[in-house]
Amino acid sequence: MESMIEVRELTKYYGPTLAINRISFDVAAGEIVGFLGPNGAGKTTTLKLLAGYLAPTSGTARINGYDCFQASIQVRRSLGYLPETVPLYPDLTVTQFLQFAARAKGVESRGRKAEIDRVIEDCGLKEVRHSLNGSLSKGYRQRVGLAQALLNRPPLLILDEPTIGLDPSQIVEIRQLIKKLAGDHTVILSSHILPEVSQLCQRVIIINRGQIVASDTPDNLSRQLGRGSRINLTVKGPQSQVLSAFRSLAGVKEASAAGEDRYQVQGVNGDDLRPELARLVVERGWQLLELKAQEFTLEEVFLDLVTEEEAQES
Amino acid sequence: MTGIWAVFRKELTIYFSTPIFYITGFFFLVLGGYFFYSNTVYYSLLSFQGAQNPQLAAMLNPHQMVFRPLFGALAIVFLMMVPLLTMRLLAEEKRSGTAELLFTYPLQDWALIMGKFLAALLVYVVFLFFTLSYAALFASLASLQWGPILSSYLGLILLGGACLSLGLFASSLTENQIIAAVVAFTLLLLFWLIGWQQELGASGWGGLFAALSMLEHFENFVRGVIDTRDLVYYLSFIFFFLFLTKRQLESRRWRA
Repeated sequence: MESMIEVRELTKYYGPTLAINRISFDVAAGEIVGFLGPNGAGKTTTLKLLAGYLAPTSGTARINGYDCFQASIQVRRSLGYLPETVPLYPDLTVTQFLQFAARAKGVESRGRKAEIDRVIEDCGLKEVRHSLNGSLSKGYRQRVGLAQALLNRPPLLILDEPTIGLDPSQIVEIRQLIKKLAGDHTVILSSHILPEVSQLCQRVIIINRGQIVASDTPDNLSRQLGRGSRINLTVKGPQSQVLSAFRSLAGVKEASAAGEDRYQVQGVNGDDLRPELARLVVERGWQLLELKAQEFTLEEVFLDLVTEEEAQES
Repeated sequence: MTGIWAVFRKELTIYFSTPIFYITGFFFLVLGGYFFYSNTVYYSLLSFQGAQNPQLAAMLNPHQMVFRPLFGALAIVFLMMVPLLTMRLLAEEKRSGTAELLFTYPLQDWALIMGKFLAALLVYVVFLFFTLSYAALFASLASLQWGPILSSYLGLILLGGACLSLGLFASSLTENQIIAAVVAFTLLLLFWLIGWQQELGASGWGGLFAALSMLEHFENFVRGVIDTRDLVYYLSFIFFFLFLTKRQLESRRWRA
Protein backbone atom coordinates (compact mmCIF):
# COMPACT_ATOMS: atom_id res chain seq x y z
CA MET A 1 0.00 0.00 0.00
CA GLU A 2 1.22 3.50 -0.75
CA SER A 3 2.14 5.44 2.30
CA MET A 4 0.34 8.62 3.24
CA ILE A 5 2.84 9.76 5.82
CA GLU A 6 6.55 9.09 5.64
CA VAL A 7 8.63 10.32 8.54
CA ARG A 8 12.40 9.89 8.57
CA GLU A 9 14.75 10.72 11.42
CA LEU A 10 12.61 13.63 12.51
CA THR A 11 14.18 15.69 15.29
CA LYS A 12 12.96 18.82 17.01
CA TYR A 13 14.65 20.93 19.64
CA TYR A 14 12.88 23.72 21.50
CA GLY A 15 15.93 25.79 22.28
CA PRO A 16 18.18 23.39 24.16
CA THR A 17 15.32 21.00 25.00
CA LEU A 18 15.03 17.91 22.86
CA ALA A 19 11.35 17.36 22.13
CA ILE A 20 11.52 14.49 19.67
CA ASN A 21 14.55 12.48 18.80
CA ARG A 22 15.08 10.86 15.38
CA ILE A 23 11.59 9.52 14.89
CA SER A 24 10.82 7.43 11.81
CA PHE A 25 7.53 5.84 10.88
CA ASP A 26 5.12 5.32 8.00
CA VAL A 27 1.37 5.48 7.82
CA ALA A 28 -0.40 3.79 4.93
CA ALA A 29 -3.37 5.38 3.19
CA GLY A 30 -6.63 4.53 4.93
CA GLU A 31 -4.99 3.54 8.19
CA ILE A 32 -6.05 4.81 11.62
CA VAL A 33 -2.95 5.26 13.70
CA GLY A 34 -2.87 6.19 17.34
CA PHE A 35 -0.09 8.11 18.98
CA LEU A 36 0.20 7.08 22.56
CA GLY A 37 2.42 8.44 25.26
CA PRO A 38 2.51 10.17 28.60
CA ASN A 39 2.18 13.95 28.72
CA GLY A 40 5.26 15.67 27.35
CA ALA A 41 6.35 12.65 25.34
CA GLY A 42 6.40 14.57 22.06
CA LYS A 43 3.05 13.58 20.59
CA THR A 44 1.80 17.11 20.02
CA THR A 45 5.17 18.25 18.68
CA THR A 46 5.17 15.43 16.15
CA LEU A 47 1.67 16.27 15.01
CA LYS A 48 2.49 19.98 14.77
CA LEU A 49 5.48 19.13 12.62
CA LEU A 50 3.30 16.99 10.36
CA ALA A 51 0.72 19.76 10.07
CA GLY A 52 3.48 22.13 8.97
CA TYR A 53 3.02 24.48 11.91
CA LEU A 54 6.53 23.92 13.19
CA ALA A 55 9.73 23.30 11.32
CA PRO A 56 11.93 20.37 12.36
CA THR A 57 15.49 20.78 13.55
CA SER A 58 16.47 17.95 11.24
CA GLY A 59 14.95 15.03 9.39
CA THR A 60 12.07 14.95 6.92
CA ALA A 61 8.36 14.31 6.92
CA ARG A 62 6.40 13.75 3.75
CA ILE A 63 2.65 13.68 3.35
CA ASN A 64 1.18 12.41 0.11
CA GLY A 65 4.68 12.59 -1.35
CA TYR A 66 5.07 16.31 -0.54
CA ASP A 67 7.63 17.50 1.95
CA CYS A 68 5.90 19.09 4.95
CA PHE A 69 8.25 22.07 4.96
CA GLN A 70 9.39 22.58 1.38
CA ALA A 71 5.92 22.13 -0.12
CA SER A 72 3.94 23.27 2.87
CA ILE A 73 0.98 24.63 0.91
CA GLN A 74 0.40 21.38 -1.02
CA VAL A 75 0.64 19.43 2.22
CA ARG A 76 -1.79 21.74 3.99
CA ARG A 77 -4.30 21.30 1.14
CA SER A 78 -4.50 17.60 1.88
CA LEU A 79 -4.88 17.66 5.62
CA GLY A 80 -7.39 18.55 8.26
CA TYR A 81 -5.87 19.44 11.59
CA LEU A 82 -7.48 19.57 15.01
CA PRO A 83 -5.07 21.26 17.43
CA GLU A 84 -4.90 20.18 21.04
CA THR A 85 -6.72 23.06 22.72
CA VAL A 86 -9.18 23.80 19.92
CA PRO A 87 -8.55 27.49 19.20
CA LEU A 88 -11.61 29.35 17.94
CA TYR A 89 -12.46 32.98 17.28
CA PRO A 90 -14.78 33.91 20.15
CA ASP A 91 -16.42 36.73 18.18
CA LEU A 92 -17.56 34.60 15.25
CA THR A 93 -20.58 32.32 15.16
CA VAL A 94 -20.08 28.65 14.36
CA THR A 95 -21.37 29.14 10.81
CA GLN A 96 -19.27 32.26 10.24
CA PHE A 97 -16.20 30.42 11.44
CA LEU A 98 -16.88 27.42 9.22
CA GLN A 99 -17.46 29.75 6.28
CA PHE A 100 -14.06 31.27 6.88
CA ALA A 101 -12.44 27.86 7.24
CA ALA A 102 -14.12 26.63 4.04
CA ARG A 103 -12.93 29.67 2.09
CA ALA A 104 -9.45 29.41 3.53
CA LYS A 105 -9.29 25.73 2.63
CA GLY A 106 -10.35 26.52 -0.92
CA VAL A 107 -13.80 24.93 -0.97
CA GLU A 108 -15.46 26.02 -4.23
CA SER A 109 -18.06 28.72 -3.65
CA ARG A 110 -20.70 26.66 -5.43
CA GLY A 111 -20.48 23.71 -3.08
CA ARG A 112 -19.54 25.68 0.03
CA LYS A 113 -22.93 25.83 1.66
CA ALA A 114 -23.56 22.13 1.12
CA GLU A 115 -20.11 21.29 2.47
CA ILE A 116 -20.66 23.38 5.61
CA ASP A 117 -24.06 21.79 6.11
CA ARG A 118 -22.48 18.37 5.76
CA VAL A 119 -19.90 18.90 8.50
CA ILE A 120 -22.48 20.59 10.74
CA GLU A 121 -24.66 17.54 10.30
CA ASP A 122 -21.81 15.05 10.81
CA CYS A 123 -20.54 16.73 13.94
CA GLY A 124 -23.96 17.36 15.45
CA LEU A 125 -23.66 21.14 15.49
CA LYS A 126 -27.16 21.99 14.26
CA GLU A 127 -28.41 23.46 17.52
CA VAL A 128 -25.43 25.77 17.93
CA ARG A 129 -24.79 26.84 14.36
CA HIS A 130 -25.71 30.44 15.09
CA SER A 131 -24.12 30.65 18.55
CA LEU A 132 -20.92 32.53 19.14
CA ASN A 133 -17.85 30.33 19.43
CA GLY A 134 -16.98 32.07 22.68
CA SER A 135 -20.15 30.80 24.33
CA LEU A 136 -19.76 27.12 23.41
CA SER A 137 -19.21 24.33 25.91
CA LYS A 138 -16.04 22.28 25.75
CA GLY A 139 -17.79 19.45 23.93
CA TYR A 140 -19.16 21.72 21.24
CA ARG A 141 -15.82 23.48 20.85
CA GLN A 142 -14.23 20.12 20.21
CA ARG A 143 -16.86 19.32 17.63
CA VAL A 144 -16.44 22.66 15.90
CA GLY A 145 -12.73 21.93 15.77
CA LEU A 146 -13.43 18.56 14.24
CA ALA A 147 -15.91 20.10 11.79
CA GLN A 148 -13.34 22.57 10.46
CA ALA A 149 -10.83 19.74 10.06
CA LEU A 150 -13.35 17.76 7.98
CA LEU A 151 -14.11 20.60 5.57
CA ASN A 152 -13.07 19.91 1.99
CA ARG A 153 -12.72 16.17 2.77
CA PRO A 154 -8.97 16.10 3.32
CA PRO A 155 -7.40 12.68 2.74
CA LEU A 156 -5.47 12.98 6.00
CA LEU A 157 -6.84 13.95 9.39
CA ILE A 158 -4.48 14.90 12.20
CA LEU A 159 -6.35 14.93 15.48
CA ASP A 160 -4.54 15.96 18.63
CA GLU A 161 -6.34 14.56 21.66
CA PRO A 162 -9.77 14.55 19.98
CA THR A 163 -11.69 13.42 23.05
CA ILE A 164 -9.95 15.38 25.78
CA GLY A 165 -12.26 17.24 28.13
CA LEU A 166 -15.45 15.60 26.89
CA ASP A 167 -18.03 13.81 28.99
CA PRO A 168 -18.39 10.04 28.50
CA SER A 169 -21.35 10.16 26.13
CA GLN A 170 -19.64 12.79 24.00
CA ILE A 171 -16.51 10.68 23.95
CA VAL A 172 -18.51 7.78 22.56
CA GLU A 173 -20.06 10.04 19.91
CA ILE A 174 -16.74 11.47 18.80
CA ARG A 175 -15.21 8.01 18.65
CA GLN A 176 -18.06 6.77 16.50
CA LEU A 177 -17.59 9.76 14.25
CA ILE A 178 -13.89 9.03 13.89
CA LYS A 179 -14.63 5.39 13.13
CA LYS A 180 -17.10 6.44 10.50
CA LEU A 181 -14.45 8.64 8.90
CA ALA A 182 -11.98 5.82 8.75
CA GLY A 183 -13.15 4.60 5.34
CA ASP A 184 -12.31 7.71 3.31
CA HIS A 185 -9.61 9.26 5.45
CA THR A 186 -6.27 8.37 6.86
CA VAL A 187 -6.42 9.33 10.50
CA ILE A 188 -3.57 9.96 12.87
CA LEU A 189 -4.66 10.79 16.39
CA SER A 190 -2.91 11.23 19.68
CA SER A 191 -4.20 10.25 23.05
CA HIS A 192 -3.12 9.25 26.46
CA ILE A 193 -6.25 7.19 27.00
CA LEU A 194 -5.42 3.59 26.26
CA PRO A 195 -8.82 2.01 25.71
CA GLU A 196 -9.58 4.73 23.22
CA VAL A 197 -6.54 3.94 21.16
CA SER A 198 -7.05 0.20 21.33
CA GLN A 199 -10.67 0.60 20.23
CA LEU A 200 -10.15 3.07 17.44
CA CYS A 201 -6.80 2.37 15.94
CA GLN A 202 -5.47 -0.30 13.69
CA ARG A 203 -1.98 0.55 14.76
CA VAL A 204 -0.49 2.13 17.82
CA ILE A 205 2.74 4.05 18.01
CA ILE A 206 3.93 4.38 21.57
CA ILE A 207 6.18 7.31 22.13
CA ASN A 208 8.07 8.26 25.25
CA ARG A 209 10.60 10.99 25.83
CA GLY A 210 10.65 11.89 22.17
CA GLN A 211 11.34 8.39 20.91
CA ILE A 212 9.23 5.61 19.48
CA VAL A 213 9.28 2.67 21.86
CA ALA A 214 6.83 0.43 20.04
CA SER A 215 4.68 0.37 16.93
CA ASP A 216 2.20 -2.41 16.15
CA THR A 217 -1.46 -3.37 16.22
CA PRO A 218 -3.04 -3.13 19.66
CA ASP A 219 -3.47 -6.95 19.75
CA ASN A 220 0.10 -7.69 18.78
CA LEU A 221 1.38 -5.18 21.25
CA SER A 222 -0.57 -6.82 24.03
CA ARG A 223 0.68 -10.23 23.01
CA GLN A 224 4.30 -9.79 21.98
CA LEU A 225 5.39 -6.84 23.98
CA GLY A 226 3.75 -8.31 27.05
CA ARG A 227 6.94 -10.40 27.25
CA GLY A 228 5.11 -13.63 26.63
CA SER A 229 1.78 -15.04 27.71
CA ARG A 230 0.43 -15.39 31.18
CA ILE A 231 -1.65 -18.37 32.24
CA ASN A 232 -3.79 -18.84 35.30
CA LEU A 233 -4.38 -22.39 36.52
CA THR A 234 -6.28 -24.07 39.31
CA VAL A 235 -4.75 -27.44 40.07
CA LYS A 236 -5.44 -29.87 42.91
CA GLY A 237 -2.08 -31.27 43.98
CA PRO A 238 0.89 -30.73 46.32
CA GLN A 239 1.94 -27.17 45.87
CA SER A 240 5.74 -27.50 45.94
CA GLN A 241 5.69 -30.36 43.40
CA VAL A 242 3.31 -28.54 41.11
CA LEU A 243 5.44 -25.42 41.16
CA SER A 244 8.70 -27.21 40.50
CA ALA A 245 7.11 -29.20 37.69
CA PHE A 246 5.85 -26.03 36.05
CA ARG A 247 9.19 -24.32 36.45
CA SER A 248 11.04 -27.17 34.77
CA LEU A 249 8.78 -27.02 31.73
CA ALA A 250 10.45 -25.59 28.59
CA GLY A 251 9.29 -22.11 27.70
CA VAL A 252 8.23 -21.13 31.21
CA LYS A 253 9.78 -18.01 32.58
CA GLU A 254 8.17 -17.85 35.93
CA ALA A 255 5.62 -19.84 37.96
CA SER A 256 4.11 -18.71 41.21
CA ALA A 257 1.35 -19.65 43.60
CA ALA A 258 -1.50 -17.20 43.60
CA GLY A 259 -3.58 -18.69 46.39
CA GLU A 260 -4.85 -22.10 47.41
CA ASP A 261 -4.47 -24.40 44.40
CA ARG A 262 -4.13 -21.42 42.16
CA TYR A 263 -1.02 -20.78 40.10
CA GLN A 264 0.21 -18.29 37.63
CA VAL A 265 2.63 -19.23 34.87
CA GLN A 266 4.40 -16.76 32.68
CA GLY A 267 5.89 -17.78 29.33
CA VAL A 268 9.13 -16.56 27.86
CA ASN A 269 7.67 -15.62 24.51
CA GLY A 270 4.26 -15.39 22.92
CA ASP A 271 3.81 -19.20 22.48
CA ASP A 272 0.70 -20.71 23.92
CA LEU A 273 1.73 -22.91 26.85
CA ARG A 274 -1.73 -24.29 27.65
CA PRO A 275 -1.44 -27.68 25.87
CA GLU A 276 1.88 -28.49 27.55
CA LEU A 277 0.64 -27.43 30.94
CA ALA A 278 -2.55 -29.48 30.61
CA ARG A 279 -0.58 -32.56 29.52
CA LEU A 280 1.84 -32.17 32.42
CA VAL A 281 -0.89 -31.92 35.03
CA VAL A 282 -2.73 -34.95 33.68
CA GLU A 283 0.49 -37.04 33.42
CA ARG A 284 1.25 -36.37 37.08
CA GLY A 285 -2.26 -37.43 38.06
CA TRP A 286 -3.27 -34.06 39.51
CA GLN A 287 -6.68 -32.61 38.90
CA LEU A 288 -6.90 -29.68 36.50
CA LEU A 289 -9.87 -27.48 37.47
CA GLU A 290 -9.18 -24.38 35.51
CA LEU A 291 -6.83 -23.26 32.74
CA LYS A 292 -7.02 -19.78 31.32
CA ALA A 293 -4.71 -17.63 29.21
CA GLN A 294 -4.59 -14.06 30.35
CA GLU A 295 -3.48 -11.46 27.89
CA PHE A 296 -1.62 -8.35 28.88
CA THR A 297 -3.76 -5.31 28.43
CA LEU A 298 -2.38 -2.45 26.42
CA GLU A 299 -2.25 -0.53 29.63
CA GLU A 300 0.27 -2.93 31.12
CA VAL A 301 2.29 -2.95 27.94
CA PHE A 302 2.37 0.77 27.97
CA LEU A 303 3.40 1.10 31.57
CA ASP A 304 5.90 -1.65 31.08
CA LEU A 305 7.53 0.03 28.11
CA VAL A 306 7.53 3.46 29.61
CA THR A 307 8.84 2.50 33.02
CA GLU A 308 11.36 0.06 31.61
CA GLU A 309 12.93 2.80 29.63
CA GLU A 310 13.17 5.04 32.61
CA ALA A 311 14.78 2.27 34.61
CA GLN A 312 17.38 1.69 31.90
CA GLU A 313 18.32 5.28 31.90
CA SER A 314 18.79 5.69 35.62
CA MET B 1 -6.95 35.40 -4.23
CA THR B 2 -9.53 33.25 -2.45
CA GLY B 3 -7.17 33.20 0.51
CA ILE B 4 -7.07 36.99 0.70
CA TRP B 5 -10.84 37.10 0.38
CA ALA B 6 -11.32 34.51 3.14
CA VAL B 7 -9.11 36.39 5.59
CA PHE B 8 -10.55 39.75 4.52
CA ARG B 9 -14.13 38.58 5.16
CA LYS B 10 -13.22 37.06 8.49
CA GLU B 11 -11.43 40.19 9.70
CA LEU B 12 -14.30 42.43 8.65
CA THR B 13 -16.80 40.20 10.43
CA ILE B 14 -14.71 40.42 13.58
CA TYR B 15 -14.31 44.20 13.23
CA PHE B 16 -18.03 44.70 12.83
CA SER B 17 -19.00 42.35 15.64
CA THR B 18 -16.67 43.82 18.27
CA PRO B 19 -17.09 47.19 19.96
CA ILE B 20 -13.65 48.53 19.04
CA PHE B 21 -14.76 49.45 15.53
CA TYR B 22 -17.81 51.34 16.75
CA ILE B 23 -15.97 53.10 19.55
CA THR B 24 -13.00 54.26 17.45
CA GLY B 25 -15.38 55.24 14.64
CA PHE B 26 -17.56 57.19 17.03
CA PHE B 27 -14.71 59.19 18.51
CA PHE B 28 -13.06 59.70 15.14
CA LEU B 29 -16.25 61.29 13.85
CA VAL B 30 -16.93 63.24 17.06
CA LEU B 31 -13.49 64.84 16.88
CA GLY B 32 -13.75 65.33 13.12
CA GLY B 33 -17.15 66.97 13.55
CA TYR B 34 -15.80 69.26 16.25
CA PHE B 35 -12.86 70.38 14.11
CA PHE B 36 -15.09 70.92 11.11
CA TYR B 37 -17.54 72.94 13.18
CA SER B 38 -14.95 75.19 14.80
CA ASN B 39 -13.08 75.77 11.53
CA THR B 40 -16.31 76.65 9.75
CA VAL B 41 -17.39 79.05 12.48
CA TYR B 42 -14.01 80.74 12.36
CA TYR B 43 -14.23 80.96 8.59
CA SER B 44 -17.71 82.50 8.66
CA LEU B 45 -16.52 85.01 11.24
CA LEU B 46 -13.68 86.05 8.96
CA SER B 47 -16.11 86.20 6.03
CA PHE B 48 -18.19 88.77 7.87
CA GLN B 49 -15.09 90.82 8.50
CA GLY B 50 -14.10 90.33 4.88
CA ALA B 51 -17.29 92.06 3.81
CA GLN B 52 -15.84 95.31 5.21
CA ASN B 53 -12.24 94.58 4.30
CA PRO B 54 -11.63 93.77 0.63
CA GLN B 55 -7.98 92.91 1.29
CA LEU B 56 -8.97 90.20 3.72
CA ALA B 57 -11.74 89.00 1.44
CA ALA B 58 -9.22 88.26 -1.29
CA MET B 59 -7.36 85.95 1.08
CA LEU B 60 -10.41 83.96 2.13
CA ASN B 61 -10.22 80.45 0.79
CA PRO B 62 -12.49 77.75 2.22
CA HIS B 63 -10.06 74.98 1.43
CA GLN B 64 -7.14 76.70 3.10
CA MET B 65 -9.11 77.83 6.12
CA VAL B 66 -11.52 75.00 6.78
CA PHE B 67 -10.40 71.80 5.14
CA ARG B 68 -6.65 72.00 5.32
CA PRO B 69 -6.62 72.23 9.13
CA LEU B 70 -9.48 69.72 9.29
CA PHE B 71 -7.59 67.06 7.33
CA GLY B 72 -4.45 67.74 9.33
CA ALA B 73 -6.42 67.16 12.52
CA LEU B 74 -8.14 64.04 11.15
CA ALA B 75 -4.76 62.60 10.23
CA ILE B 76 -3.50 63.06 13.79
CA VAL B 77 -6.69 61.63 15.29
CA PHE B 78 -6.37 58.61 13.07
CA LEU B 79 -2.73 58.19 13.99
CA MET B 80 -3.85 57.85 17.59
CA MET B 81 -6.43 55.25 16.64
CA VAL B 82 -4.31 53.05 14.38
CA PRO B 83 -2.80 51.07 17.24
CA LEU B 84 -6.32 50.29 18.48
CA LEU B 85 -7.37 49.00 15.08
CA THR B 86 -4.27 46.94 14.37
CA MET B 87 -3.08 45.66 17.74
CA ARG B 88 -5.41 42.66 17.61
CA LEU B 89 -4.72 41.58 14.04
CA LEU B 90 -1.83 39.17 14.51
CA ALA B 91 -1.08 39.35 18.25
CA GLU B 92 -4.48 37.93 19.16
CA GLU B 93 -4.15 35.08 16.66
CA LYS B 94 -0.94 34.04 18.35
CA ARG B 95 -2.20 34.48 21.88
CA SER B 96 -5.44 32.57 21.40
CA GLY B 97 -3.78 29.82 19.36
CA THR B 98 -5.88 30.42 16.26
CA ALA B 99 -2.57 31.07 14.51
CA GLU B 100 -2.15 27.30 14.62
CA LEU B 101 -5.26 26.91 12.48
CA LEU B 102 -4.38 29.81 10.25
CA PHE B 103 -0.90 28.51 9.54
CA THR B 104 -2.13 24.99 8.80
CA TYR B 105 -4.75 26.15 6.30
CA PRO B 106 -3.49 26.31 2.73
CA LEU B 107 -3.04 30.10 2.96
CA GLN B 108 0.07 31.83 1.70
CA ASP B 109 1.61 34.23 4.20
CA TRP B 110 1.09 37.16 1.87
CA ALA B 111 -2.60 36.27 1.42
CA LEU B 112 -2.96 36.34 5.18
CA ILE B 113 -1.21 39.69 5.49
CA MET B 114 -3.02 41.31 2.57
CA GLY B 115 -6.40 40.08 3.83
CA LYS B 116 -5.79 41.61 7.22
CA PHE B 117 -4.29 44.80 5.85
CA LEU B 118 -7.12 45.38 3.39
CA ALA B 119 -9.76 44.72 6.04
CA ALA B 120 -8.20 47.32 8.34
CA LEU B 121 -7.89 49.73 5.42
CA LEU B 122 -11.54 49.27 4.53
CA VAL B 123 -12.55 50.02 8.12
CA TYR B 124 -10.57 53.24 7.88
CA VAL B 125 -12.13 54.10 4.51
CA VAL B 126 -15.56 53.62 6.10
CA PHE B 127 -14.61 56.19 8.76
CA LEU B 128 -13.39 58.55 6.05
CA PHE B 129 -16.53 58.04 4.02
CA PHE B 130 -18.59 59.58 6.81
CA THR B 131 -16.32 62.62 6.88
CA LEU B 132 -17.30 63.32 3.26
CA SER B 133 -20.49 64.67 4.77
CA TYR B 134 -18.51 67.69 6.07
CA ALA B 135 -17.47 68.62 2.55
CA ALA B 136 -20.98 67.95 1.23
CA LEU B 137 -22.47 70.14 3.95
CA PHE B 138 -20.01 72.91 3.26
CA ALA B 139 -20.58 72.72 -0.49
CA SER B 140 -24.33 73.08 0.02
CA LEU B 141 -23.76 76.46 1.78
CA ALA B 142 -20.72 77.88 0.03
CA SER B 143 -18.69 77.29 -3.08
CA LEU B 144 -16.02 74.66 -2.72
CA GLN B 145 -13.24 73.45 -4.97
CA TRP B 146 -13.51 69.65 -5.10
CA GLY B 147 -10.10 69.02 -6.65
CA PRO B 148 -7.99 69.63 -3.53
CA ILE B 149 -10.62 67.85 -1.40
CA LEU B 150 -10.26 64.68 -3.49
CA SER B 151 -6.48 64.84 -3.51
CA SER B 152 -6.62 65.28 0.29
CA TYR B 153 -8.71 62.13 0.56
CA LEU B 154 -6.23 60.27 -1.60
CA GLY B 155 -3.54 61.49 0.78
CA LEU B 156 -5.57 60.45 3.80
CA ILE B 157 -6.05 56.95 2.40
CA LEU B 158 -2.36 56.56 1.59
CA LEU B 159 -1.36 57.93 4.97
CA GLY B 160 -3.84 55.61 6.67
CA GLY B 161 -2.51 52.65 4.70
CA ALA B 162 1.03 53.50 5.78
CA CYS B 163 0.00 53.78 9.44
CA LEU B 164 -1.97 50.52 9.27
CA SER B 165 0.87 48.59 7.64
CA LEU B 166 3.15 49.74 10.43
CA GLY B 167 0.51 48.77 13.01
CA LEU B 168 0.15 45.34 11.43
CA PHE B 169 3.89 44.85 11.64
CA ALA B 170 3.89 45.83 15.32
CA SER B 171 1.13 43.30 15.90
CA SER B 172 3.20 40.55 14.31
CA LEU B 173 6.00 41.06 16.82
CA THR B 174 4.22 39.97 19.97
CA GLU B 175 1.39 37.97 21.47
CA ASN B 176 0.39 40.87 23.66
CA GLN B 177 -2.04 43.41 22.23
CA ILE B 178 -0.91 46.16 24.60
CA ILE B 179 2.71 45.75 23.55
CA ALA B 180 1.66 45.76 19.91
CA ALA B 181 -0.24 49.00 20.48
CA VAL B 182 2.65 50.67 22.31
CA VAL B 183 5.16 49.67 19.64
CA ALA B 184 2.86 50.86 16.87
CA PHE B 185 2.18 54.15 18.60
CA THR B 186 5.85 54.85 19.26
CA LEU B 187 6.92 54.06 15.71
CA LEU B 188 4.08 56.10 14.25
CA LEU B 189 4.97 59.12 16.38
CA LEU B 190 8.58 58.73 15.36
CA PHE B 191 7.71 58.72 11.66
CA TRP B 192 5.37 61.61 12.26
CA LEU B 193 7.77 63.86 14.14
CA ILE B 194 11.03 62.93 12.49
CA GLY B 195 10.64 65.88 10.11
CA TRP B 196 11.02 68.33 12.99
CA GLN B 197 14.72 67.63 13.05
CA GLN B 198 15.04 69.90 10.07
CA GLU B 199 13.46 72.80 11.90
CA LEU B 200 15.73 72.21 14.85
CA GLY B 201 18.57 72.95 12.48
CA ALA B 202 20.25 69.58 12.76
CA SER B 203 23.08 68.83 10.35
CA GLY B 204 22.73 67.47 6.81
CA TRP B 205 20.56 64.67 8.08
CA GLY B 206 17.67 67.10 8.32
CA GLY B 207 16.75 66.64 4.70
CA LEU B 208 16.77 62.88 5.01
CA PHE B 209 14.59 62.95 8.11
CA ALA B 210 12.16 65.27 6.43
CA ALA B 211 11.95 62.90 3.46
CA LEU B 212 11.05 60.08 5.84
CA SER B 213 8.38 62.03 7.67
CA MET B 214 4.78 61.02 7.02
CA LEU B 215 3.63 64.53 7.74
CA GLU B 216 5.76 66.23 5.08
CA HIS B 217 4.44 63.98 2.34
CA PHE B 218 0.88 64.38 3.50
CA GLU B 219 1.06 68.19 3.29
CA ASN B 220 1.36 68.11 -0.50
CA PHE B 221 -1.85 66.14 -0.95
CA VAL B 222 -3.74 68.58 1.26
CA ARG B 223 -2.42 71.47 -0.79
CA GLY B 224 -3.92 69.77 -3.82
CA VAL B 225 -0.64 68.55 -5.26
CA ILE B 226 -0.30 64.89 -6.24
CA ASP B 227 3.43 64.38 -6.51
CA THR B 228 4.87 61.03 -7.60
CA ARG B 229 7.49 61.36 -4.86
CA ASP B 230 4.72 61.30 -2.26
CA LEU B 231 2.93 58.42 -3.97
CA VAL B 232 6.15 56.45 -4.13
CA TYR B 233 6.90 57.27 -0.51
CA TYR B 234 3.57 55.96 0.80
CA LEU B 235 3.39 52.93 -1.45
CA SER B 236 6.93 51.87 -0.64
CA PHE B 237 6.31 52.55 3.06
CA ILE B 238 3.28 50.22 2.95
CA PHE B 239 5.14 47.61 0.95
CA PHE B 240 8.15 47.75 3.27
CA PHE B 241 6.17 47.14 6.44
CA LEU B 242 4.00 44.43 4.90
CA PHE B 243 7.21 42.80 3.74
CA LEU B 244 8.69 43.00 7.24
CA THR B 245 5.47 41.46 8.57
CA LYS B 246 5.81 38.58 6.12
CA ARG B 247 9.41 38.04 7.19
CA GLN B 248 8.30 38.11 10.81
CA LEU B 249 5.62 35.47 10.15
CA GLU B 250 8.11 33.29 8.32
CA SER B 251 10.48 33.41 11.24
CA ARG B 252 8.11 31.27 13.31
CA ARG B 253 9.12 28.37 11.09
CA TRP B 254 12.78 28.40 11.98
CA ARG B 255 12.49 29.75 15.49
CA ALA B 256 11.61 27.37 18.27
